[in-house]
Amino acid sequence: MTEQLAIKARGLSKQFGSLRAVDQLDLDVPRASIYGFLGPNGSGKSTTIRMLCGLLTPSEGQADVLGLEIPKQARELKPNIGYMTQKFSLFGDLTVLENLQFIAEIYSYQKSLRATRIDELLQKYDLTEQRRQFAGTMSGGQKQRLALACAVLHKPELLLLDEPTSAVDPQSRRDFWANLFRLAAAGTTILVSTHYMDEAERCHRLAILDRGIKVADGTPRDLQRSTGMSIVEVLAEDPYRAQTVINQLAVVASVTQLGMRLRILIPESVADPLGMVQSELARAGIAADTHTAEASLEDVFVAVTLKPERRAA
Amino acid sequence: MSALSRLAAVMRKETLQMRRDRLTFAMIIGIPLLQILLFGYAINTDVRNITTAVADEANSHLSREFIARLEQTQVTRIDQRVNTARDLENLLRAGKISIGIAIPPDFDRRIVDPERAAAHILVDGSDPTIGGIADALRNMPLSFDTGREKQRLEQIEIRAYFNPERRTPVNVIPGLIGVILTMTMMIFTAVAIVRERELGNLELLINTPVSSAELMLGKVVPYIVIGLIQLLVILLAGDLLFNVPVRGSVLDLYLAASLFIAANLALGLFVSTAVKSQFQAMQMTFFLILPSILLSGFVFPFDGMPKFAQYLGEALPITHFIRLTRGIMLREASLGDMPGAMLYLAAFSVVAITAAALRFSKRLD
Repeated sequence: MTEQLAIKARGLSKQFGSLRAVDQLDLDVPRASIYGFLGPNGSGKSTTIRMLCGLLTPSEGQADVLGLEIPKQARELKPNIGYMTQKFSLFGDLTVLENLQFIAEIYSYQKSLRATRIDELLQKYDLTEQRRQFAGTMSGGQKQRLALACAVLHKPELLLLDEPTSAVDPQSRRDFWANLFRLAAAGTTILVSTHYMDEAERCHRLAILDRGIKVADGTPRDLQRSTGMSIVEVLAEDPYRAQTVINQLAVVASVTQLGMRLRILIPESVADPLGMVQSELARAGIAADTHTAEASLEDVFVAVTLKPERRAA
Repeated sequence: MSALSRLAAVMRKETLQMRRDRLTFAMIIGIPLLQILLFGYAINTDVRNITTAVADEANSHLSREFIARLEQTQVTRIDQRVNTARDLENLLRAGKISIGIAIPPDFDRRIVDPERAAAHILVDGSDPTIGGIADALRNMPLSFDTGREKQRLEQIEIRAYFNPERRTPVNVIPGLIGVILTMTMMIFTAVAIVRERELGNLELLINTPVSSAELMLGKVVPYIVIGLIQLLVILLAGDLLFNVPVRGSVLDLYLAASLFIAANLALGLFVSTAVKSQFQAMQMTFFLILPSILLSGFVFPFDGMPKFAQYLGEALPITHFIRLTRGIMLREASLGDMPGAMLYLAAFSVVAITAAALRFSKRLD
């Protein structure tokens, strides 16, 4: 079982004073896949990643990472993982090349292959032109590419990425993900935290965290299928008024406005959700175009982070 | 093997960063030079030309001779003559003069009367060094041709070994080496770890195979070289500007300095692991520097301090280092003459760097 799993955690918890940052987290991350942590700020994503690489000691529970017992064997784990921090953490007063050389030396990368490996990374991550530039003077996208290049330099089996794309533009994010897929295809396991839905959708599997608790996990497809919610989309002339009317329905779990559209989550226990919405709007005299829709990942996120009383209806 | 190459990597990185930081680099040379000029030229306990006023109410042959002798000492510079002792008091209070000499009308009679003081020296006691000078003036041998020779006090001749001309820089510079090295070295490493923590570098570093000890040593070693360069600057400036000798072995001096620098860097590192921000690191460093200046024997003679202060002083590496530098530079002593001081510095370095490495856990919690 452990053979196919890069990470296996059971009952992982972290207490900071009176705050329970992570609560009883179970985690199974298959090898050579991209596993996402989706959750708002403060949901325990960073804390979990830090516990998994031994930076933080769990208050309870245990984790098996690459067959090593964490945090006891954290030292043995370090050479086999690559870690990318939320904040740029390379040396701003060293050049791109010097940063890569330093990392290569720190990981004792074989001396005769060092220069070749660094050249290869400079090319792969499109940094050849910046090789003599100070890392601190580069753009967000360039810094991020350098950080990833440094994190994978020693060819780690497991890559831990803590909100790696929070400071870059959409184009850089796309390129970044292309790099991640390439790495996963080559056998690297990647654990990545994010609060972007579109990024979460790209993961092979993902876990949704809310206030330290894992509220859902699975493939994005599975999650979308098993929300327990029907989705009704409303296109109205006056979406604000329509929203006010719909919100008065006690069974409605959530209403989100997206431009002219409203996205309404109604528990599956309601027999005819579309008819209910239509009749309610007609009664209020609001002209609207209504239809049912497939759940998006955003709907999943809204559904699983709802307060329990609204979810059950 | 890989531990050594990681240590080398950290050292190389620190050196690169240090070279990039122009201001720090300028300070490495600038601070010692500036300090040595300041201390060498401004601080002078060999005081001359103290502003003095005289109230000569006797105005006799003898009183004029007495005044002339005072002027000859060059310690006092008589630039005012007033009528009464009361005028002298006013001048003293106003800070116009530091010493007033009051000669009473019956000076000629008093001078042959051992029961009574012949003249009064009024001293500005708010300045401690001037009090000492007045003492020296009082002991000035006076013999006047009064017919009845005044009995002369038995004189004690003072011979200053190792600094016969009693030049202040000769006394100051060996201690100043210690003060300058304490200031620069401790600050370098005190901010070293905490700066990387603030910049986020540390979170990356502690996720690599580099160990705490490698990180600590890698940060200390390049600065030892910097410290030795500073020592060279001080010795050269001391020799060229103030003619301060190194009578003992220069190698001994460098050995002692290496240990002392290591002790300060290790202490700085320890500070760095204990504080939360660079600001706190600076505060803490200054907190430690002040006793290094005051309790080390640099400013005040060590033996004259209260016992409690002496114990504190003994704990400071600089106290031992100043003993070593004064010994080697001025008394031609060798390290073998002062094994205790060397031992203390070595032990201090080992304890401090171990404490720093232990305190610095590769965790965030």
